[in-house]
Amino acid sequence: MIAVELRLMLRRRRVWLCWALLCALPALVAVLLATTRLAPAPGQGPAFLSAVVSNGQLFPAAALALVLPVFLPITVAVVAGDAIAGEASTGMLRYLLVRPVGRLRLLVAKLVSVAAFVLLAVLLVTLTSYVVGVAAFGFGPGASLGGAGGITSLSGAVISPAELAARTAAVVGYLALCMLALGAIGLFFSTLTDSPLAAALGVLAVVVTSAALLPLDAAAAVRFYLPTTHWLAWIDLYRAPILWTAVRQGAEVQVSYVLVAFGAAWANFATKDITS
Amino acid sequence: MSDPTAGEIGNVISTAGLTKRYGRVTAVDDVDLQVPAGARFGLLGPNGSGKTTLVRMLLGLVHPTSGSVELLGRAIPRHAATVLPRVGALVEGPAAWPLLSGRANLRLLDAAGRRGRRRDRRARVEDALQHVGLGGVDRRPVRAYSLGMRQRLGIAAALLRRPELLLLDEPTNGLDPRGIGEMRELLVALNEGGTTVVLSSHLLTEVEALCTRVGVMDAGRLVLTEDLDALRVPTGRVLLRTPDPAAVVGLLDGQVVERNGQMVVVRDGDPAALNARLVAAGIRVTELAEQRRTLEQVVLGLTGPGSDRVDGRGS
Repeated sequence: MIAVELRLMLRRRRVWLCWALLCALPALVAVLLATTRLAPAPGQGPAFLSAVVSNGQLFPAAALALVLPVFLPITVAVVAGDAIAGEASTGMLRYLLVRPVGRLRLLVAKLVSVAAFVLLAVLLVTLTSYVVGVAAFGFGPGASLGGAGGITSLSGAVISPAELAARTAAVVGYLALCMLALGAIGLFFSTLTDSPLAAALGVLAVVVTSAALLPLDAAAAVRFYLPTTHWLAWIDLYRAPILWTAVRQGAEVQVSYVLVAFGAAWANFATKDITS
Repeated sequence: MSDPTAGEIGNVISTAGLTKRYGRVTAVDDVDLQVPAGARFGLLGPNGSGKTTLVRMLLGLVHPTSGSVELLGRAIPRHAATVLPRVGALVEGPAAWPLLSGRANLRLLDAAGRRGRRRDRRARVEDALQHVGLGGVDRRPVRAYSLGMRQRLGIAAALLRRPELLLLDEPTNGLDPRGIGEMRELLVALNEGGTTVVLSSHLLTEVEALCTRVGVMDAGRLVLTEDLDALRVPTGRVLLRTPDPAAVVGLLDGQVVERNGQMVVVRDGDPAALNARLVAAGIRVTELAEQRRTLEQVVLGLTGPGSDRVDGRGS
């Protein structure tokens, strides 16, 4: 079923459109920056953007910071909300279940396909923005001293290209995990309704609520457990030395979300009457 | 239920006290349904009488409020994983992934279930398509299919694993008269090959032409299960067409129930003797037939209006 599910995902136009749009936004920003050379001043605008103009290798980090707050969560909401509710709305859910595909197996397959979607989304944004960044801004000042130059970390020390690649891989993994937590919530919502749109809007409501509570002092007690709180912890991975605390805590919270949301989805779906 | 041989005695479907309530609405009410192996069983009843909910419970899609279901001798939904691969179903119309072709749909659906050997998949899919008359179907997505093609594809999906039991809800929906005829031939052929066929339909003539046994549902209850032959007993009347209706009325005065042009309805239990009597009297007979109850009369006599009819207080 997992193989079937992945094949189905790769044949959905919506999925390819999401990926294309996610990659297009950073590319658009890169073109604007390269033609105008009007980078935001250091400390202003999205993270890393001010440093990008001097070294294109940093552009993946800037691109991820660009798509993370709104664009990426929307695509995850759309794809995850479609998981079960989409099958219900086409009527395929009943035919899959009488094939039979076990209900747990179906849920696992859906979660795996959502995971594949978010991982590929983050990966594609990273790879395309690296190519676009280097093409638009070059390798930075170190380039003349033999091949690709190192880049300056947020803390001032220089990071070698190999080290940068490793750190970027860690960032991709961390952000994919954050988005998977959101995807698991979407999967749960998707078992509650036969309307993919309702499930997707539910996920967005979670994101918006969490983002709205984040700056409130009155919500300080729950801040640590909000899904969006730890989304920016990945920036610490570009410090030297790396600050692991926030990343680790964030990963723990996100894994908890995946487990709880998937458990809720299973609890609801296992005995649900399929009337679609 | 604990007797593992129960299913081998001959019932492919067996329910006991099967009930489903949605809040205060009782969709299926205390249904004891037995369908013997090898039967062609027609499930009849007005809209909203609980046929679809019953079928969904048989397939483990809906969980009963109380009562039990056995399919092929094993409890549902507990043994769904082992029983359902031997069952083919069409529930409330066909469905497909709209952007894929019919062929791709069947391949993925086949791959989704367990125990479908990959090596035979292509052959299985082509075989099922061939059976329903879609053997030459091209790569168009199902989105572009006509209602009749979707219906055929849905039946093909039900046939994929060569099931022992076919549960078909309105299998002829959207098919033209020729298509309906083809489908009837297909189902009869499959039945003669040993497949038990259970179908629900509003087309009573369709059921009459195909089924050997019928069950009638009304307002959630199974009000009748009977062999079709037993239902269609003679009514004790004879339908007569003659160019001399006045002579018939003169001869059989008192037995004539109704006269309408050349048609005369005579109360008489023995058509052969009646015919001899008319011929002896020199009365010309164009047509003479024993009147039998039609399935329509039986069903309409047993059931109330469907749930899709909403009368006002005044009517």
